[in-house]
Amino acid sequence: MGYEPQADFGTPEVQSETSVTLTIDGRDVTVPTGTSVMRAAAISGGSIPKLCASDNLAAFGSCRLCLVEVDGMRGTPASCTTPAAQGMVVRTQTPHLEKLRKGVMELYISDHPLDCLTCSANNDCELQDAAAQVGLRDVRYGYAGENHLAQPTDSSNPYFDFDPSKCIVCSRCVRACEEVQGTFALTIDGRGFGSKVSAGQGGDDFLSSDCVSCGACVQACPTATLNEKAVAEIGKPERSVITTCAYCGVGCTFRAEMRGQQLVRMVPWKDGKANHGHSCVKGRFAWGYANHQDRIVSPMIRENIEDPWREVSWDEALTYTASKLNAIKAQYGARALGGITSSRCTNEEAYLVQKLVRAGFGSNNVDTCARVCHSPTGYGLKTTFGTSAGTQDFDSVMDADVILVIGANPTDAHPVFGSQMKRRLREGAKLIVIDPRRIDLVKSPHVEAAHHLALQPGTNVAVLTAMAHVIVTEGLADEAFIRERCDQDEYEDWARFVSEARHSPETLAPVTRVPAEDLRAAARLYATGGNAAIYYGLGVTEHSQGSSTVMAIANLAMATGNIGRSGVGVNPLRGQNNVQGSCDMGSFPHELSGYRHISDTATRALFEQDWGVALDPEPGLRIPNMFDAAIDGSFRALYVQGEDILQSDPNTHHVSAGLKAMDLVIVHDLFLNETANYAHVFLPGSTFLEKDGTFTNAERRIQLVRKVMEPANGPKGAGLEDWEVTQALANAMGLGWSYAHSSEIMAEIARLTPSFAGVSHRRLDKAGSLQWPVNAAHPDGSPIMHVDGFVRGKGKFVVTDYVPTDEKTGPRFPLLLTTGRILSQYNVGAQTRRTANTVWHAEDVLEIHPTDAENRGLKSGDWVKLASRTGETALHALVTDRVAPGVVYTTFHHPATQANVVTTEFSDWATNCPEYKVTAVQVTPSNGPSEWQQGYAELSSRARRIDRSAEAAE
Amino acid sequence: MDIGNLTYMANQIARNLAAQGEAAAIDATLQHILDFWDPRMKAAIVAADRAGLDPIAAAAVARLAA
Repeated sequence: MGYEPQADFGTPEVQSETSVTLTIDGRDVTVPTGTSVMRAAAISGGSIPKLCASDNLAAFGSCRLCLVEVDGMRGTPASCTTPAAQGMVVRTQTPHLEKLRKGVMELYISDHPLDCLTCSANNDCELQDAAAQVGLRDVRYGYAGENHLAQPTDSSNPYFDFDPSKCIVCSRCVRACEEVQGTFALTIDGRGFGSKVSAGQGGDDFLSSDCVSCGACVQACPTATLNEKAVAEIGKPERSVITTCAYCGVGCTFRAEMRGQQLVRMVPWKDGKANHGHSCVKGRFAWGYANHQDRIVSPMIRENIEDPWREVSWDEALTYTASKLNAIKAQYGARALGGITSSRCTNEEAYLVQKLVRAGFGSNNVDTCARVCHSPTGYGLKTTFGTSAGTQDFDSVMDADVILVIGANPTDAHPVFGSQMKRRLREGAKLIVIDPRRIDLVKSPHVEAAHHLALQPGTNVAVLTAMAHVIVTEGLADEAFIRERCDQDEYEDWARFVSEARHSPETLAPVTRVPAEDLRAAARLYATGGNAAIYYGLGVTEHSQGSSTVMAIANLAMATGNIGRSGVGVNPLRGQNNVQGSCDMGSFPHELSGYRHISDTATRALFEQDWGVALDPEPGLRIPNMFDAAIDGSFRALYVQGEDILQSDPNTHHVSAGLKAMDLVIVHDLFLNETANYAHVFLPGSTFLEKDGTFTNAERRIQLVRKVMEPANGPKGAGLEDWEVTQALANAMGLGWSYAHSSEIMAEIARLTPSFAGVSHRRLDKAGSLQWPVNAAHPDGSPIMHVDGFVRGKGKFVVTDYVPTDEKTGPRFPLLLTTGRILSQYNVGAQTRRTANTVWHAEDVLEIHPTDAENRGLKSGDWVKLASRTGETALHALVTDRVAPGVVYTTFHHPATQANVVTTEFSDWATNCPEYKVTAVQVTPSNGPSEWQQGYAELSSRARRIDRSAEAAE
Repeated sequence: MDIGNLTYMANQIARNLAAQGEAAAIDATLQHILDFWDPRMKAAIVAADRAGLDPIAAAAVARLAA
């Protein structure tokens, strides 16, 4: 593909059951009723000059350039605001129109700098194009009059500049901020000639304003007024490749715009089914980590973790690693070996790591980071509905009348979907937020929750059971749906259980701290407000009752008939780009791809035949069990691909003790991450820009990841994609694999996994994306699941008893710590900390309520010690009423803070998903970093030494 | 394996399944351990002193041992 920008049809697509036919410049064209004349002209192959119109924004009609003549209509209406009508005869190019347009362009250009040749948007500028289209040759007014030139550029945003001298006040940026992103950070200040685009309040620049740096305004700008700094530095791209973002579970698709091997910019792809041309600050701008100086591109080994690293060839690294693995297996047996697949790597790569563990190592000790995020989703939805995934596509939210968000913060953690949700809320859908913290959705411009149930952390099950109590006892259940779709006996058991007086909102209020009347009103709204959809995140799963909460959510949806059509459903918002995919690929120790239990003889036989080995029928170790077994001496070697378990897993002390006890820790990553401090082998990884494969997002959408540049981890052309490294390791162990391309791995996945039967790279290339299951029953995939009935047959109501966590507050630890994410940083921050995103969030801070702060003599900016029964760390305080009294909050993006030194090992009863969201803590004033932090800083710089003396001697 | 941790896990599973009634909860606890525990975890809890197990968990582990 060349560089040409995507076609812009001027006004948004209209969905209509009826259509109209009109004639434009003698060409007949048929379009859905309600389509603008401008869009109809573009569809018919024409191009009406325009400046203020763009097909991702509502028509505005301000630039006066898109004027047309219509038979029977007076004057020259703007084509963007004129709907096409049956039999209409339109002319877009006439001498009269040419004269009008030229006049308009003359006015624009008379107040625009004429430095086109040195402008960053040269040859990529809609103003330039429009001037060419109208044939502008001179400007009668001259350039001497009053103008807006020579205004200072606002360079405060690290990724783009705002140069108001080049602004034509078309309002596209302001409208994009409102309509696409929903932040309302931009406005047009002043009137008439004084009109000016302004970020935030007077005195603000882009950085200090509410701007979230999503890039929608940059995308919308027709000139160089809002332009990427990278384009100014590098120049216009020469080619583009469509690929899928490697940050969160939304799965935005982008055009990676390239100059040779150099990425110039990432532009959201308008045809992306998950993002529809929108992006966030991470995917759009924060890709600089790919070439960061910290990136390790050579394999390295060391005998002992006290030694410095030694750079070696791929051959030496792989031979060394394989012989160590074989020796450990020979001495301690297959079950002493294991691996961890990555939710950041592709499906093909995750599949191959679990294949290496099962077929090569000979054990089922494979797990994935979903263990610490969405494993309860897998368990809970499989039990109730029969499949371990969300029920809807993202677009379904546009048909929702009531949106219930529980334990999720979409505008920070899933920002592009958050924007879509806000769009629906602005259209009038009602919002219920269940969260201990006042997340942005509770109240932000033009969005306000009908109910915010600020529950006590750890009481999700109690709140949901109380809601069920209201629904059942007030007769709001959808009996007809339940009779038809669900197991009636199980429903009746459940209904009896939730109806007990001990589950009423009034009885539970002292536990949940949610006023009973609010809870009743929220339950009634959910049950009776029309299409009701539940969106949830890690605030649901990362609890001792994570699996119970997921099942309680499923119970509510079934009880109210909110399953099986657009606008409803149960929607887990997945954390990482490929959490869904890594789970689908058989990354859990108890199941093979497609969620089939390892003890199932028929399934195992299928794989045994294909792989030519016998498989262990017993489930393997989960991540936390691996550390226990390591300390015990029965688990000795671990291959970790693309995960930083030391930073992301709870109780850091326990993780490090486990890692330290192992004979061989292999880290396969981009950077020397925290886990690598305890590693013996480092295999350099490849970024998502350097590989082919697929990611599966939170809506089960499988999308292609395309290689846009060569992997950096080898000499030119000899770098290895991550799956190639896994294959090379397998072959060094003697497995004889011969995949030539990741598409061959997908072919094997499709062959062995019924829900992927119809998936191939070729089909994905053609279709853009597919939502599994894709098979004979669903040849084109499944945007919405359980349409005619549940996958498991009858929907299963599960009685979910509220069993409080054993993590209790008391006199020594009186506060509850809960953790979360922030927009600009991602997970453990390995990527985003190595970009300019740090201007928004340079460190983790502790949010504390004014009352709790006052009791401790704390103010914002003070160092505080955060201590739990597990450990302690120190960070700066931020006093805010976003958190309730008794609750404190922080993020876990920075290793210097290591919030997980504090978190405990309590975990979900069914899946061992850690209880990150509830830790009893004390907060006290402090002078600076804790002793542990200082010791750790020293350890990690010592552990990262690389001995390059051999190389230097050559 | 850390037997204290395994005992805690077994009790936690049992407590969360207890609302199903004793017989069903014992079945479900046993099935959960069979489905999700690695063999060395199963062996360890069978071999260890079961005094710390709650009645439902104890009954499930007794059946695991049989």
